[in-house]
Amino acid sequence: MTKGVVKGIISNLVIVEVDGPVAQNEIAYINLDGTNLMSEVIKVIGKNVYVQVFESTRGLKVGAGVEFQGHMLEVVLGPGLLERNLDGLENDLDKMEGVFLKRGQYTFPLDGEKLWNFKPVAQVGDIVSGGSWLGEVDENFQPHKIMVPFVMTDEYKVKSVAPEGEYNIYHTIAIVEDKNGTEHKLNMIQKWPVKVPVTLYKEKPRPFKLLETGVRTIDTLNPIVEGGTGFIPGAFGTGKTVLQHAISKQAEADIVIIAACGERANEVVEIFTEFPELDDPHTGRKLMERTIIVANTSNMPVAAREASVYTAMTIGEYYRSMGLKVLLMADSTSRWAQALREMSNRLEELPGPDAFPMDLSAIISNFYGRAGHVTLNNGREGSITFIGTVSPAGGNLKEPVTENTKKVARCYYALEQDRADRKRYPAINPIESYSKYIEYPEFEEYISKEISGDWTLKVNDIKTRLLRGKEIAEQINILGDDGVPVEYHITFWKSELIDFVILQQDAFDEIDSVTPIDRQKYILDMVVDICRTEFKFDNFNQVAEYFKKLINVCRQMNYSEFKSDEFNDYRGQLDELLKNI
Amino acid sequence: MAKAFQKIYTKITQITKATCSVKATDVGYDELATVDGRLAQVVKIINDEVTLQIFEGTEGIPTNAEVVFLGKAPSLKVSDQLAGRFFNAYGDPIDGGPVPEGEERQIGGPSVNPVRRKQPSELIATGISGIDLNNTLVSGQKIPFFADPDQPFNQVMATVALRAKADKIILGGMGMTNDDYLYYKNVFSNAGALDRIISFMNTTENPAVERLLVPDMALTAAEYFAVDKNEQVLVLLSDMTSYADALSIVSNRMDQIPSKDSMPGSLYSDLAKVYEKAAQFPDGGSITIIAVTTLSGGDITHAVPDNTGYITEGQLFLRRDSDVGKVIVDPFRSLSRLKQLVQGKKTREDHPQVMNAAVRLYADAANAKTKLENGFDLTDYDQRALSFAKDYSEYLLAIDVNLDTVEMLDTTWALLSKHFRPQEVNMKREMVDKYWKN
Repeated sequence: MTKGVVKGIISNLVIVEVDGPVAQNEIAYINLDGTNLMSEVIKVIGKNVYVQVFESTRGLKVGAGVEFQGHMLEVVLGPGLLERNLDGLENDLDKMEGVFLKRGQYTFPLDGEKLWNFKPVAQVGDIVSGGSWLGEVDENFQPHKIMVPFVMTDEYKVKSVAPEGEYNIYHTIAIVEDKNGTEHKLNMIQKWPVKVPVTLYKEKPRPFKLLETGVRTIDTLNPIVEGGTGFIPGAFGTGKTVLQHAISKQAEADIVIIAACGERANEVVEIFTEFPELDDPHTGRKLMERTIIVANTSNMPVAAREASVYTAMTIGEYYRSMGLKVLLMADSTSRWAQALREMSNRLEELPGPDAFPMDLSAIISNFYGRAGHVTLNNGREGSITFIGTVSPAGGNLKEPVTENTKKVARCYYALEQDRADRKRYPAINPIESYSKYIEYPEFEEYISKEISGDWTLKVNDIKTRLLRGKEIAEQINILGDDGVPVEYHITFWKSELIDFVILQQDAFDEIDSVTPIDRQKYILDMVVDICRTEFKFDNFNQVAEYFKKLINVCRQMNYSEFKSDEFNDYRGQLDELLKNI
Repeated sequence: MAKAFQKIYTKITQITKATCSVKATDVGYDELATVDGRLAQVVKIINDEVTLQIFEGTEGIPTNAEVVFLGKAPSLKVSDQLAGRFFNAYGDPIDGGPVPEGEERQIGGPSVNPVRRKQPSELIATGISGIDLNNTLVSGQKIPFFADPDQPFNQVMATVALRAKADKIILGGMGMTNDDYLYYKNVFSNAGALDRIISFMNTTENPAVERLLVPDMALTAAEYFAVDKNEQVLVLLSDMTSYADALSIVSNRMDQIPSKDSMPGSLYSDLAKVYEKAAQFPDGGSITIIAVTTLSGGDITHAVPDNTGYITEGQLFLRRDSDVGKVIVDPFRSLSRLKQLVQGKKTREDHPQVMNAAVRLYADAANAKTKLENGFDLTDYDQRALSFAKDYSEYLLAIDVNLDTVEMLDTTWALLSKHFRPQEVNMKREMVDKYWKN
């Protein structure tokens, strides 16, 4: 292996003089008084190799020895990743000693001793290649497929498969033979370089199946689909993280991966604390059982922050190859972009807009491109739905990260300061936000079959009413309450009803926080019926008074268990109100 | 200062306003040195050329100045002897007392493993309802005041610090005026709290770059008391905008490409390193940070408040309310992100709902006020909202209010009941049935 010596240090950028060949993105360990600091090659000029160090370089001296590893940054993939709390380099945080993170401490993410009940799937004589399923083990009630390692892209013949029984991750569970007759022993684990997409699938059709999140303003108005991409930009205080947590708790996914990228540590602690206690609304098991957390908080080394999103995506691709529905959330992709900027700056590269590197746009679009709904080589389907948050500087959406993300993400959930200030949560602006999936004929067909034929019509109806309501609110502001006809007030209050009953949702209320799709249909039908009712009032005061009563009853319904006595009682009150007009 | 085994270098090759470069070998990154007797720190090494950031500035440094490397990063000796003492940015006493003994610890140490943190859950009651009612603070939280320089944030911070029942209060002053420094000293001394205070002070009279050491000094002391002694530590940092200014001076002198508002591209990480030291530790100790970020003309889109907002768990805004003639805690722009961890859990069950309802109605009052200013007639509801807003400012939001959490909730219900009807407050029926004041 190539060796080198440290020649220069500028914060976490280290210049190393090498004695042999190195590869771009190769991993190297720098020896600091016996501690190995992990680093990655990011630039080579002649014998001088620039590496970014994933740790603090305090105390490092010129002359320190460096050993190159001959591979890029890799993660270990195998059963037992679920429920783990990992750092950006896939170290198991729970296995680290002490309250404070020690430099150069690397821990293995899997349990080497645990025995798994392996059931063979492949047969002797089968022709297999990277990603083929050899067998499966039960990982937290998920059928975790044991696959031919992704790096083995040639064709192999299965010589033997282990019989059903208890094995640990290192036991040989299959032997395959390559074209030259060489045998390869396979166990349950494999490694994959995080920056390389896993593309071992037959095709990537357009996604169309609704991914239920339980958030009404998303599912009803601007739905995301299995294998879709979306992003949530919002200034601080507009509720990005609360919304992300809500989605990761409620979404109907098999596996949820949360990449806490350069954000507050207490937010990750909230997940650590709550997820083991909370129930998965779809299976009734604990939420943590389907969750993997990749945490690189804002005070952890900045180079590992960039790695963390790739680590999370690679783990997602691994589970997708098993035919599972993966939801990947990254909070926040802006911090990742800032990590790129810090390094680009130290490398003295010519800056692009706002001092971000010139290739930011390509990096973001390549990353979003790794999500998607795929048909695997064996005909099964799997998906990665990716939702990233963006933290725009100064809340200004005309900044490079937001603009470049907007080009690639298909759903856009614009968090609005004004809504947040008025405590109308979630603060997603219903008019600016969009979901491109609504326009897909495949989606339309799916929705008509799964929910109802008039769903899209009704959704469009309330969107139009929201827009109209906003226009009228502006006119009332200019002309005054009695400067506009009473009908205008009725239209305005109908849009307020939609806002209060469908859009606003209490993330901290047990019942209101998650609305299953059948209940969303009920609410949509109810609200559309009210909106299509003709009302007659003498003056605008009456309008406001009446609609406030309507809104109050509808909100009480949202707080009550669906179709309970209490709920039906409020429904009765609502019908009474509607009758007496 | 130089010991026998320390090598002395005299080949200075470059001098800028804040840094100098010297030919030297066997130097560690981040290591301290003295240049002509002034304290400096290694910020860049290329082969045998070492660049040092000189805290006091480089005025009068000659090219043949003596450079002595101290073989260690900046550090502080920690022990119980720190309590009640006043230090400068280097951790040297400025109160005339003896140099404290203790274990020497490098400042700016590693971060807490996130899985070892505990979820913050202890209410910090300040008596100021504008904070306790709408923006409840929790121990282990980090939150700044976003304030224009003319606002009374120092008074509010001192009040909060004294009422917070912390075991230690650590004051980190960065570019603080001497008058404000003396104000804090007096307030704490009059309250008989001096033995709980530790202060690291860089005033406007001291060199700007020095203040880069202040937060790390203060937080190293805080970690000693919170982790080693399991104490509740409150750290006051004022003013973080001055800290950021010093960062930009250094990065500018090192020819780094500035990003937004001439701030270094690493501003987010630099600020996060400070604020993320706030934590609830597993054995009961905690560090809570209350900071000040001064704004220029209320502009929160400037890089410093903007990056801060993304790091801290909320922010507090003060505003003069002309209707009642008092300074209030602005309920719209202020936010405590951890409030839901204690509201309704450590306080009465109605807290979250009653808080939201009051703020929503206060927003209706703001709309009514706009209507009034535009010359439109007000409805009966508008009139009631306006009179509610006035009472709400006077009896709850004003910074001179001192109520416990039950009193402030009862006061809010009383105001809601006085000005509104139950169906107008949009709350869960059971809450209204239980607490509405007839």
